[in-house]
Amino acid sequence: MEFIYALLVQPFVDMYLDPLIFIETVIKGLMAGVLYSLVALGFVLIFKASGVFNFAQGVMALFAALTLTGIMEYMPDGLPKWLTVIAALGITVVIMILLAVIIERVVLRPLVNQELIILFMATLGLSYVLEGAGDLMWGSDVKVLDIGLPTDIWDIGGVYVEQLDVTAAIAAGSLVAVLAIFFTKTRIGRALRAVADDHQAALSVGISLQQIWVIVWSVAGIVALVAGIMWGSKSGVQFSLSLIALKALPVLILGGFTSIPGAIIGGLIIGLGEKVVEVFWYSVHGGAVENWFAFMLALAFLMFRPQGLFGDKIIERV
Amino acid sequence: MAEAQVVESGGTSGTSGAVDTRTIGAPVLAVENIVVKFGGVTAINDVSFDVRKGEIRAIIGPNGAGKSSMLNVLNGFYKPRSGQIKFAGKTFPSMDPYYAASNGIARTFQNIALFRGMSTLDNLMTGRLLKMKSNFFWQCLYFGPAQKEELENRAHVERVIDFLEIQPIRRTPVGRLPYGLQKRVELGRALAMDPDILLLDEPMAGMNVEEKEDMSRFIMDVNEEFGTTVILIEHDMGVVMDLSDRVVVLDYGSKIADGTPDEVRANQNVIDAYLGVSHD
Repeated sequence: MEFIYALLVQPFVDMYLDPLIFIETVIKGLMAGVLYSLVALGFVLIFKASGVFNFAQGVMALFAALTLTGIMEYMPDGLPKWLTVIAALGITVVIMILLAVIIERVVLRPLVNQELIILFMATLGLSYVLEGAGDLMWGSDVKVLDIGLPTDIWDIGGVYVEQLDVTAAIAAGSLVAVLAIFFTKTRIGRALRAVADDHQAALSVGISLQQIWVIVWSVAGIVALVAGIMWGSKSGVQFSLSLIALKALPVLILGGFTSIPGAIIGGLIIGLGEKVVEVFWYSVHGGAVENWFAFMLALAFLMFRPQGLFGDKIIERV
Repeated sequence: MAEAQVVESGGTSGTSGAVDTRTIGAPVLAVENIVVKFGGVTAINDVSFDVRKGEIRAIIGPNGAGKSSMLNVLNGFYKPRSGQIKFAGKTFPSMDPYYAASNGIARTFQNIALFRGMSTLDNLMTGRLLKMKSNFFWQCLYFGPAQKEELENRAHVERVIDFLEIQPIRRTPVGRLPYGLQKRVELGRALAMDPDILLLDEPMAGMNVEEKEDMSRFIMDVNEEFGTTVILIEHDMGVVMDLSDRVVVLDYGSKIADGTPDEVRANQNVIDAYLGVSHD
């Protein structure tokens, strides 16, 4: 009886009694969710265009953030801060595009027409190579990433909101808007969707697979850079960043592997759920819920809606 | 005799189809001594033939004769071990799918290869991708030259949709369509490319009589109205003999006959390949 009370009644009483804490928790959760979404977004892009689950997406975020901090250290002193940041960002974007070209040449091209599981294994290998390369080039210490994003805290009627979180939300929002336009309105977007559906047919209408893969991995690299910047500014650039990739998995199951809005909403639901359950159901589980809550939610989804909230319906003709 | 049958199976009422008004031109595509091997298996062994502008050229043969492999050589999916391909006045050791597509070779597949998640309209629009050249920036904004270009290509696709009589399904995701219609959409995507040469890999496989008649009519109309050269693989002998101007017969990867339908029908090698030879 007491347990049922703690599970079903007490949390809602708490929410009602202390609305400020509730609102703050919700905002914190949503903001954490935005960061999950950013990582998941990179997965969705590559999955949409090639059907490959890119295990290296998390490491790509780490690699991008490491590269950015590394390059900023090597920038000549005396330049104005904004110039340093913009130059370093520009160089990092170029490096991420180069990385996409190299991945297409070295990993994807030799494996064209192979089973998807083989491509998946290749991305698994890629994640170790990238992690090693990042370590080799920039060292394994935790680095501070400061590109001048606002770090103050707003006090809105007793609710504390971190400006960095708001920036992340705006960045994610604009990224999604741009990608949505890119996918639906442009020639390349249509070609991307075509490649996602059928490689052979895409080739037969004159779509160059190589070109599409380079584009999609470049875009995923840039999305990884944005994710890396946000995570890095929040908690420093460290190798545990690559573990966020694992959190993106439940996000994708929730949102659907092929849906960009799904990645965003999935991330928000998981971020929000985690924080609210952590804070308000504390007496039931006794903490540390963030490690497993997302996965449990994903499991439940797999049972009732395996294609996710926004994923393509799985239709199979018998 | 072949002429009369064309009229019959096409369902055209004798006025336009009876007299062949097409002009068959010089060869536009030719393969010479093509050899394709997969490991130790020889799929195509020293095959040569040519295709003249504006004709319907059939490739027939028993299962495993190398017909689909030949089509894959023609649009660059397979690289032949030796031999050469002559196309548009140039000679190539092998074709490249992108080059083929951008130089007017379109194709369909034996096992339908459509973009299943996309609507009929979007599938056909992919056939226009190579024709769309406007700036990326304008496309994002859907403004200026990009809008004009999109509308032009859309108009072209609508003409193909009207031609193939698939107006009612233009918004339907093609994965949900019945088999016969999927085949038709696939033909539509190839037609949307405005091809000079159309490669059709068993366009009528698995269809009922009525669907076959429709498909035959579309192929003949495309050939007659737009002067499109058609290279066709088909198992239904009635269809092949009715439609095609010339027939290549392959068996175990080798060419065993080449000529008009009547010549091929009378050829002893062909009869043996299809009916078997007694060994006593």
